[in-house]
Amino acid sequence: MAAGTLTSTEYIRHHLSNLTYGRHPDGSWGMAHSAEEAKEMGFMAVHVDSMFWSIFLAAVFLFFFGRVAKNISAGVPGKMQNFVEWIVEFVDDNVKDSFTHKNKLVGPLALTVFAWVFLMNIMDLVPVDLIPWVLEKFGVHFQKVVPSTDPNVTFAMALSIFALMLFFSIKNKGVGGFTGELTLHPFEAKNIFVKILLIPINFFLEFVSLISKPISLALRLFGNMYAGEMIFILIALMLTAGPVIGIFGGGLQLVWAIFHILIVVLQAFIFMTLTVVYMEMAHQTDH
Amino acid sequence: MNINLTLLLEMIVFAIFVWFTMKFVWGPIVGVLDERKASIADGLAASEKGLKDQEMAEEIAKQKIKEAKQEAAEIIAQAKSRDTQMVEEAKGKAVEEADRIIAGAQAEIDQEVNRAKDSLRTQVSELAVAGASKILGKEVDASTHKAALKDLIAQI
Repeated sequence: MAAGTLTSTEYIRHHLSNLTYGRHPDGSWGMAHSAEEAKEMGFMAVHVDSMFWSIFLAAVFLFFFGRVAKNISAGVPGKMQNFVEWIVEFVDDNVKDSFTHKNKLVGPLALTVFAWVFLMNIMDLVPVDLIPWVLEKFGVHFQKVVPSTDPNVTFAMALSIFALMLFFSIKNKGVGGFTGELTLHPFEAKNIFVKILLIPINFFLEFVSLISKPISLALRLFGNMYAGEMIFILIALMLTAGPVIGIFGGGLQLVWAIFHILIVVLQAFIFMTLTVVYMEMAHQTDH
Repeated sequence: MNINLTLLLEMIVFAIFVWFTMKFVWGPIVGVLDERKASIADGLAASEKGLKDQEMAEEIAKQKIKEAKQEAAEIIAQAKSRDTQMVEEAKGKAVEEADRIIAGAQAEIDQEVNRAKDSLRTQVSELAVAGASKILGKEVDASTHKAALKDLIAQI
């Protein structure tokens, strides 16, 4: 939406608010009409825009890749098949490089993570105001089109991966092995009393490093995309500040968008690689 | 940044998404990639084998040519030796024949000579008897002077 009737602060806040559906404090369910209202809903709320765009992008991916996979042949590949194979092979190579165990889930997991994060990030390159402006015409007041700027989405992925990590750790190392990993490193001792004495220290260190994995995974993606989106919004503000600065802002928008392509791909790649590395760690039994 | 129900819903979406990818995207595509890799490997192996076979065939052909050449040389050598042998043989035969002819001629000559000698001897003895009878004026009985005549003939 145009910033003409709003102050800059309002414009930014508006752009950073999700379209929220949830339970109002009075117990009735409905759309939130302002950021404050959304905040009051607390946990019992759903970001409709994040949900819609993430599911939509997942569907786009599954539609194209699924269609190719359905008609795939081992012969000479067509253009579309070639492209799909290129992506799959790229992910597969990365998985093979850092994951040395047998697990049927890791490859598809890595591909899903890579594709989803990439598609959600690439939504950042859609001009910030375009989709919200169009939807405004239909009476939808809030719209954040980049799901990866919503911590719910990034944490959902990171926590799912964390859960898989815990599951595979316990499955491969046993409960004893897993707790041993958490309590007997990094400080080791031969004497049994010293060993017991070191357990709380070790546990504290290992627990922090364990917990930091999903949190850093989620916050890295969220932070990068949120900051990128923020800069797009700030540059968009320049467009309203007179013709000279406006044109300059347009140029900046382009420069930042081109630079942002790098971040989009890089973040998707990092998320995927770390997922695979964490899975590898969960499978390592000789620690 | 509000953490809310979206988190849980997104986790469910993510789980379903991973499952779909595993079942409908990853499985078939990786299967086909592996299949193609295998067929390429087979093709390469086959071409290598073909090259090796060709090399072997060339080797065999070379060997065969060498053998044939050797055989031909042998045959030629044999023919040559046979040729000289035949010439030698012919020469030998000719010499033999000549010798034989010469020997025959010699024998005939000898025979002729002997015959001439014999007839000469008889004539000589007859002449001697006739001469003696003429000298003596009476018949000389050859049989009574057989020994003397024989001695005479032997001296001729």
